[in-house]
Amino acid sequence: MATPRALILRAAGTNCDQETAHAFEMGGARADVLPLQPFLERPSLLADYQILAIPGGFSYGDDIAAGRVFGLRLAHRAGEQILDLVQRGGAVLGICNGFQVLVQMGLLPGLAEPLGQVEVTLTDNDRPIYQDRWVNLEVTTDRCVFLKKGERFSIPMAHAEGKLVPRDDATLHSLQDGQFIAVRYVGPNGEAQPAYPHNPNGSVDAIAGLTDRTGRVLGLMPHPERFLFPFQHPTWTRDGLTDTPEGRQIFHNAVQALR
Amino acid sequence: MKNSSPGSPGFWRVEVRTRSDRQDAEAAQLQQEIRHRWERDVEVGRVRGFSLVFPHRSSAQSKNRTAVEAAISRVLVDPVLEHAVVLAADEPVPPVPSGSQRIDVTRKPGVMDPVAESVCQAFEAVGEPVSSVRTYSAYLLSGDFSPQDLEDVGVRCLANPVIEEVRVQPKQAIEPVAALPSPKFARQEVDLLESSDEELQRISRDGLLALNLEEMQTIQSHFRELGRAPTDVELETLAQTWSEHCKHKTLTATVELEDRRYDNLLKDTIFASTQELAKPYCLSVFRDNAGAVTFDDEYAVTFKVETHNHPSALEPYGGAGTGIGGVIRDTMGTGLGAKPILSTDVFCVGPLDLTEEQLPPGTLPPKRILRGVIAGVRDYGNRMGIPTTNGAVFVHADYRANPLVFCGNVGLIPRDKLSKRAQAGDRVFVLGGRTGRDGIHGATFSSEGLDSSSESVAGGAVQIGNPIEEKRLLDACLEARDRGLFTAITDCGAGGLSSAVGEMGEECGAKVELNRVLLKYAGLSPGEIWISEAQERMVMAVPPEHAETLKALCKTHEVEATDLGEFTGDHRLVLTYDGETVADMSMEFVHDGVPRPTRKARRPAVCTEPVQVPANADLQSALPALLQHPDVTSKEEIVRQYDHEVLAGSVVKPMVGPGGYGPSDGCVVAPRLGHSGGVVVACGMSPTLGVLDPYQMALHSIDEAVRNVVSVGGRFDRITLLDNFAWPSVKDEESLGAVVAAAEACRDAALAWETPFISGKDSLNNELRTDQELIRIPPTLLISAMTRIDDVTRAVTMDLKAPGNELICVGPTQPDWGGSRLAEHFQLGPARAPSVDLVRARAIHEAVAQAIAEGLVRSCHDLSEGGLLLAAAEMALAGGVGASLNLTEFEKDRDLATVLYAESPTRYLLEVESSKRPGLERILASLPFATVGVTTDQDSLNATRGDHALTWNLQDLTSSYRTGLGT
Repeated sequence: MATPRALILRAAGTNCDQETAHAFEMGGARADVLPLQPFLERPSLLADYQILAIPGGFSYGDDIAAGRVFGLRLAHRAGEQILDLVQRGGAVLGICNGFQVLVQMGLLPGLAEPLGQVEVTLTDNDRPIYQDRWVNLEVTTDRCVFLKKGERFSIPMAHAEGKLVPRDDATLHSLQDGQFIAVRYVGPNGEAQPAYPHNPNGSVDAIAGLTDRTGRVLGLMPHPERFLFPFQHPTWTRDGLTDTPEGRQIFHNAVQALR
Repeated sequence: MKNSSPGSPGFWRVEVRTRSDRQDAEAAQLQQEIRHRWERDVEVGRVRGFSLVFPHRSSAQSKNRTAVEAAISRVLVDPVLEHAVVLAADEPVPPVPSGSQRIDVTRKPGVMDPVAESVCQAFEAVGEPVSSVRTYSAYLLSGDFSPQDLEDVGVRCLANPVIEEVRVQPKQAIEPVAALPSPKFARQEVDLLESSDEELQRISRDGLLALNLEEMQTIQSHFRELGRAPTDVELETLAQTWSEHCKHKTLTATVELEDRRYDNLLKDTIFASTQELAKPYCLSVFRDNAGAVTFDDEYAVTFKVETHNHPSALEPYGGAGTGIGGVIRDTMGTGLGAKPILSTDVFCVGPLDLTEEQLPPGTLPPKRILRGVIAGVRDYGNRMGIPTTNGAVFVHADYRANPLVFCGNVGLIPRDKLSKRAQAGDRVFVLGGRTGRDGIHGATFSSEGLDSSSESVAGGAVQIGNPIEEKRLLDACLEARDRGLFTAITDCGAGGLSSAVGEMGEECGAKVELNRVLLKYAGLSPGEIWISEAQERMVMAVPPEHAETLKALCKTHEVEATDLGEFTGDHRLVLTYDGETVADMSMEFVHDGVPRPTRKARRPAVCTEPVQVPANADLQSALPALLQHPDVTSKEEIVRQYDHEVLAGSVVKPMVGPGGYGPSDGCVVAPRLGHSGGVVVACGMSPTLGVLDPYQMALHSIDEAVRNVVSVGGRFDRITLLDNFAWPSVKDEESLGAVVAAAEACRDAALAWETPFISGKDSLNNELRTDQELIRIPPTLLISAMTRIDDVTRAVTMDLKAPGNELICVGPTQPDWGGSRLAEHFQLGPARAPSVDLVRARAIHEAVAQAIAEGLVRSCHDLSEGGLLLAAAEMALAGGVGASLNLTEFEKDRDLATVLYAESPTRYLLEVESSKRPGLERILASLPFATVGVTTDQDSLNATRGDHALTWNLQDLTSSYRTGLGT
């Protein structure tokens, strides 16, 4: 089978590109990192790829709003190519700032139309300060190619603006009923709807990540690419080294689905 | 910023507000700050404002409104949280609701506004380009404020007056910025050939040159020989290059200390020990922007720690941010450019409860300083995407006027990229941010002490950082390095281009056309361009055949690159502006012309007072009290604000244990994805010993840094050290004698332990003289230690792991209380410092490192503040595992207070499984060690010694420890 190719896009201020590329390579893909500028000059490049990933960071310094400038540039210059990638069975992943970009583009959740409509926002954490801590997540959708429903795993979050707020109650219900909510924050023993710090930002309905109607687009605030090796876990010195670093699985799942 | 004339036909304004049912974090913060500072409750509303010019959308034509509004709502407004008011040029700002007051804050004309650039890009993306953007913030405050109050809120909470202007109850809208006229500059000479000594001193003082009389006389006689007066630019260049900050005149001076003479203090002590050790893994030491040592077969690691004290005292946020930004550029400018992999930060501040009234005029309250520097490091480090993984906070009354801010950075570089040399014929390139008036006189300013007028005099010395600019620059530099496009690189730090170009061209000469430098705004004189400390710039020597490739590469990274001139080969420094020569000096005079002073020093007094803890002292309540001591208490509130996991190399994190409560001794980072080799970094500092015994103070600092890297599993035989001297002053003989004592301690420890120093820096003027008093910091030496761990999965952490294990204390306990937290707690007064036995210490450090490497140790913590008991308490609360200490047979000659709380150096507490004890005994055989207790499944910490029995509840200790600093 052909090795899927992943394109990791990096804008000014993106800073998790290397580990995201490494994660896809560990998962079995071939990954290229490309600055945004040359990509926007030739978005047709995307035709050679099966995966597009927008890594974490502070693209354009979070100016105006986190992910806004990157999202607008991408939507207007490469929106068609990205929709085409999803339509032909490819996958899109946005992590942290990348999730904010996908939301600002309107690619996620994409309830009404696939691009342009901003239906949810990611705003200041309830405690409006940057936080780096590990969180527990549970997969709550069965159609996302990156995830398996019911699985629980721990990975770190690191952000100041990750509180997900839907436009209104109707939007929230559509997300819930339509299985758009990909991952939720849970307590250490899987408790639903936990309080701070387990829901680190006060996200509505403990939403940590979203998928679209195809299940081929995933955006999430926590960082799976920071748990690729057993020694990255915060308590490995007492609990031992795991054989299955849980962040790695997400990349592996997507690559498998594309083979 | 893009410019346009006011009254452009396409001028529109947008005011964006948070919907009333949504929270606005920034408004809430301001509300809290007003409550805190002025003790009044107010409602705060915030507006994000934009003045825009759409060249094709005249606001005079109503048909344009729909298109403009559509673009604006897409680009500037979050439809979920915000709503916006769009105003054409002639429409007034909506009136402020009655009972409310409005404060507008905007950047001064000409100050770079990164948000404006992003706004331009975003409008271009949606097909409605704008030709001019100015951003502003407006704050609506309910309640009765006098105009003076409002001005105060604006200046103290909202704006940095150096770069921003505040408009209270503005009548007028913020207008687009008009282009500034570009003045002409002519060559200016400073006629000092015939000046008297008094006149020379006045010229230095008035020009903020910080050159002393002897240096001014040297310049005078040099130019007398040339038969012409120096130009202003030449004088500035010499002032920068000869500044204490750049030349380290004190540490490299000839020093006479009673019967001893050091030709060059630094070279004869610290540097000499490194040379004598001649370790093959020291690849580049005391030469480049950072020291470099072998990491593995392919890579080296670099390490540099800088201070940014004076800027942080005046503007904590900007000062600390540019501090971390600057030391990251040191990494980027080491060899042909290293990749930053982790940062460190250490802050020393005054007591956090001091208010403005209790402080000398012009001094910010310590808590505000601490809050500001934390935010500065956070925002710069996080945005750069470099994990901040190690640090410390020290609180001492004598830091109240001169806080210390240390920022460190470690880099990774292929070993074949370590050497560099500009070649004659190479082009002089500057990459990165544009040049403005930022930070003018930073180098000379940091070489002087602070006084109460510094706040206003040195306003321009505060730099303004833009981490995203530096991130782009980093990406571009690393790619250019890997493609071999340049022969040398260095950063623009203190002294700006003058230092960077001067340094790179030292061996061949350079010619620079100053008018080619891209400016943030017009109006800079050639001298200002040359010495500006605008951030985020690197200078490269680029072979002419690579110039175009480099420019194209920079374009893909959205980085500006400018060709300024050439490295010549004539050994001269020549500067021109619009074709006129404004400086022409020999490189030899610039670099070696500075007179080397001879300084007298006197051995400092050493406190020898034996002090005892009273027999009836309350040793029970001392423990929770010490756990709340600011030097000890949890720093989680700081650590979690820092992204310490970006780059995915984090192995031992700053907070450890199941709840993440435990303070790790050091950090372990695996910098190469997929490789198991790790870098171990930690620090040590003993400022409380500084005035008691500077020699022991330095040894304790080194010992602590070494303990910390050993405790997490670092190799002892690959430890390298960095020194950062922060002294009150060196003008008097005794203070200089204290520097000598500390430098000798560095040499002695380095030689005894074979732990070479690889880099260092000093900041020697940290005192403040007011009308009433002279406030001097304690002599402070920050030691940073770095080593390697071959396999990161062998690392250990300090949290107790399981009940039923033995607790073993390694190292001897001394009955001396100097500098200890318990002495401070019981106000015992000055006391003799415990001493480091260098020979035995080496054996202990080596043995513990070996025991950990052999997998015999479950957890390890060094004994530092608060001694054995505090170490045990921290380990227990970190692991959520109880501990029972039986101290009846332990150190029998000592009293209970000493056994529990003494801060003797070179001690570790280990948690060991019984099955591993024989192996451990073999390693520790000839050393002082003892089993002092066991781990338990109880929720308590107990200590018994004969009839004495003390017990503490673990939950209570945890809450005490987690009190935090309350920033």
